[in-house]
Order: sequence, then structure tokens, then C-alpha cells
Amino acid sequence: MTGGERGPAAVPPIRRAALLSVECLEAHHGLLHAVRGVSLRLAEGEKLALVGANGAGKTTLLRALAGAHPVTAGTVRFDGADVTRLPAHRRVGLGIALVPEGRRLFPDMTVVENLLVAGRHRRPGPWTVDAVLDAFPLLRPLRDRRAAALSGGEQQATAIGRALMTNPRLLLLDEVSLGLAPLAVDAVYDSLTRLIATGTTVILVEQDLGRGMRIADRVACLLEGRIVLEGAAADLTRDEVTEAYFGLGGAGGAKARSTAP
Amino acid sequence: MIWASVIIQGVLLGAVYALFACGLSLMFGVMRIINLAHGDIAVVGAYLVWIVATRAHVSPFLALVAVLPVMLIAGYVLHVALIGKSLRGGQLVPLLTTFGLAIVIQNSLQQIFSPDVRSLGAAAGWITTSSWRLSEALAISWFGVLVLVVAVVVLGGLDLFLRKTGLGREMRATAQDPDAAELVGVDARAVYARATAIAVATAALAGAFLAMRSTFEPASGPTQLIFAFEAVVIGGFGSLWGTLLGGIVLGVAQTIGGHIDPQYSILAGHLVFLVVLASPRGRTLAARSARR
Repeated sequence: MTGGERGPAAVPPIRRAALLSVECLEAHHGLLHAVRGVSLRLAEGEKLALVGANGAGKTTLLRALAGAHPVTAGTVRFDGADVTRLPAHRRVGLGIALVPEGRRLFPDMTVVENLLVAGRHRRPGPWTVDAVLDAFPLLRPLRDRRAAALSGGEQQATAIGRALMTNPRLLLLDEVSLGLAPLAVDAVYDSLTRLIATGTTVILVEQDLGRGMRIADRVACLLEGRIVLEGAAADLTRDEVTEAYFGLGGAGGAKARSTAP
Repeated sequence: MIWASVIIQGVLLGAVYALFACGLSLMFGVMRIINLAHGDIAVVGAYLVWIVATRAHVSPFLALVAVLPVMLIAGYVLHVALIGKSLRGGQLVPLLTTFGLAIVIQNSLQQIFSPDVRSLGAAAGWITTSSWRLSEALAISWFGVLVLVVAVVVLGGLDLFLRKTGLGREMRATAQDPDAAELVGVDARAVYARATAIAVATAALAGAFLAMRSTFEPASGPTQLIFAFEAVVIGGFGSLWGTLLGGIVLGVAQTIGGHIDPQYSILAGHLVFLVVLASPRGRTLAARSARR
């Protein structure tokens, strides 16, 4: 259970209709069996932090949810509809947006052009170029600069803004702090914390455990493609997560069974 | 004065090459493939214009207006049915696929139309034979100027389309990172098919102008492909204004070579191409990313 001051989150997640439900998802990365039987349920407005060591399958899982990585078995349901076989560009129209690892901006296009491309197939919603520039004020003077000429933090802000332009109901964030200077990470997270307080459902992949646990309602820890620990962020201690992260001891598995929805 | 004439004729000739090259440049810029059937597709366009013009007894220009939308659709279908599938097989497969397509087209045309040499020059009427005579040694053909204007409008229009419109931005985004484009809602396969459709239509336009300017036959394609390819390389891969410039440089080189001695015409073009390829810029061509 989460703290009482969180309002809607105080209702147990299982009672609410799931926005995203993943069942027994399997995905391969070449010969590597990267995601093994992952099941997840996420209610509207929930924030889930996905943690795990390098190669635990976090990025592959996120890309599979976005439709950018082929699924070998299992189902992904979004808002009640089976989207397992839907290509990435169709899922964007339903409201799933991924901020990919490494940002992946269109390097020879300006900041505004990057945003406009994403805006072409947007769902109706509040996000426009102006709204994004308001949310990330650092981008306003850079609007006509080529994406390749931006600093890492500016690129990350543009990448998040680009995903927001599609007006997502589920925002998937893959390692937004990777390769950024600490100050830039703080700036990006400041904006991000304000944004996701507005009720967007989020799955966040983050190497920095402290940051991930501060933002999220729930934490899931991946180890070798499996969820080995899952629970409310408030209920888990850093040590429990760290143990599961490195696959130490069997306590993690028991905990997962007791708190998973 | 004679040199002014030579250079002007070269510029006008270059406009034809630029028109041929623009589709090749677009397909390479967006999909990173070289369409070896590009010249033969242009010849198909010329035959279609010839059929419409002779059967319906209309001007080739009017026939061209009817043929262009057909070629646009044919290009889209060609991509969905063939090129798009070959793209999944890596870099070599599209090259082999379009090479095969070129052979199929040439032989089909040979079968249907016989190897006779044809021209649309007479059917196009006075415009192909009229010119401004500026002095004894200097005359500018109306048709040459028309082709130059069309080349500038097509290449400039395409450049504007890529920079200023939503569809164009999608095309540039897909060219730079198809995976990331999918993640923001762009259907990369549809974008590729649109690029092929535009390339095929511009090839048909170039083919029709070639047919009005001189002659064509079922085997005319490969020569045009080589000139188009040289224009693209000279101008820099993937840049449309560069392609126009490349076509003009190639045309001027050929007319200068031809003025020195008619047998040096084609050779001079090849030499300029080789010089560009051997220059430091040419060596980095393979590694360069297309801007638009």
C-alpha cells in the first residue's frame, strides 16, 4: 500500500481497471532470451520504476511494449485492446510513447521540427509545440537549432518533449539520465516530476535506484529477463531492491509473490 | 562566343541529367538504396507517353500530364510489391532486385515495342525546333530552357516539400532514423513507398523529355542511369540542389569534351565523375549521411 497522502493511489492497484496489462511476455534479442515470462499490470496514473542490472532486459521489455521489438510469446493489452501484434506507429496513435535509450533525435532536424514530426499523428490532447516549450523553458531559445548541435540535457528534454507531442496515456522512459552531466539530470528530472504529477501513466527505466524509487509508486526489479521483485515503492527498502538487483538470496522471489498484483 | 554557346548547351543538357538524377537521389537519401532500374523506368515513362500521344492524337505534353499520376501509383505499387520487401534483406538484396527489374523491363519493352528507335521530337511540335538566335554562334533552344525550368521547379519543389510540409518532415525523419520515426507514429513503410512513387514519377518526366529531345529505344535506360548516377555523385549524395549542380557540371563537361572532339563528349563526363570520386570529398561519400 502506498501512503495516504497520494489520494487515488491509496486504492489497491488491482481494483482499478488496468491501462496496461502484460501477460507472460517473451522476447528475444538475437540468440539472447532477453525477456522471460514477464507479467505486469499498470493502472491509469500509476508510475512504475523498472530497475535491474545491465542486460537484465529492461530496454527490450520497454521496446516490446512500444512495439519496436518483436514479441515471441505472451500478450500486451492496452486499455482493454490486444496490441501485441500492432506495429509501433499504430501504438503511438493509441497513446503509447517511448523515449528511447540514447534519445534518438532526428539529428539534422531542428528542435521544433523534431516536435512537429511527432505531432503529426498525435492523439487529441493538451500537448502542442508551445506547451512543450513551456514545460522545458531551456528549449525555447534553441527552437531552430539542429538537434545534433544540442547538449545532452537539451537533447533529452527534446526527446521527452517529442514523446509528449503524441499526447501519450502511457509514457515509457528509457534511461533518461544516461550520459548526462549531474546538473542536466537534475534539470530533466525537475521538469519530469512536474509533468508526471499531472496523471500520465509512466514506466521508467533508471539506473539510479534512489531517483527511480522517489518518482515511482511501484518498483519492479528485473534479473535475467524475469521480474524477481515487485512492490509498492514505499514498502520496499533500498537493501531489498539491491539484493534483487544483483540476484542475491532467495528473499526477493518470496517478496515478489506476496506483493505482486 | 563559341565557348559561351558550348557552356550554355552544357547547362541545358545538364538539366536533363538532373531531372533523371533527382529520383535516384531521393531514393538513396530516404532509403539508402540505389535503384538500378531507374533509367529503365524512365524509358517506360517515355513509351507510355508515346502510346498515349499516338493513340489519342494529342501533344506529348498533354500525354505526360495523364501519364504522371499513373507512374506515381505504379511507383507506390512497385515499392509495396517488390522494393519494400527487398529492403528487409539488407543492402545487397535491393541492388540485386532492381538489377533484375531492369532486365525484365528492357526485355519486356523489346518484346512489346520491338527494338526500333523512336522519338517524340516531331510530335512535340515547334517547341523542339525553335530557338532564340542571339548571335551568329549563339542560339538557345526553347525546349532546352523549358527542361531547365522544369528541372529547377521539380528539384526546388521537392526540396521545399521536404523542408516545409508535414509529409516532407516525416520523410526526412524516416531517412535519418526509421526506428525513431516509427516511435513517434510515422509509418516508415508508407513513407518509403511515397518516396519511390515520387522517384518513379520524376523518372517518367525525365524519360519523356529525353524522348522529345532526342531518341529512345528499349535499351536506352542503362546509359541514362549512368549519367544520373554520375550527376548524383558529383553533386553529393542525398542533396537535391547538389544533384541539380551535379547534372549541370556533367552536362557542361560533356559539351566541352564534345566541342574539342565529338568522341571525347561522354569520356569528358566520365573523367569529371572519376576526379570527383577520387577527391577527398568523393572518398567520404560512402560515410556521409544524407541531409534531406
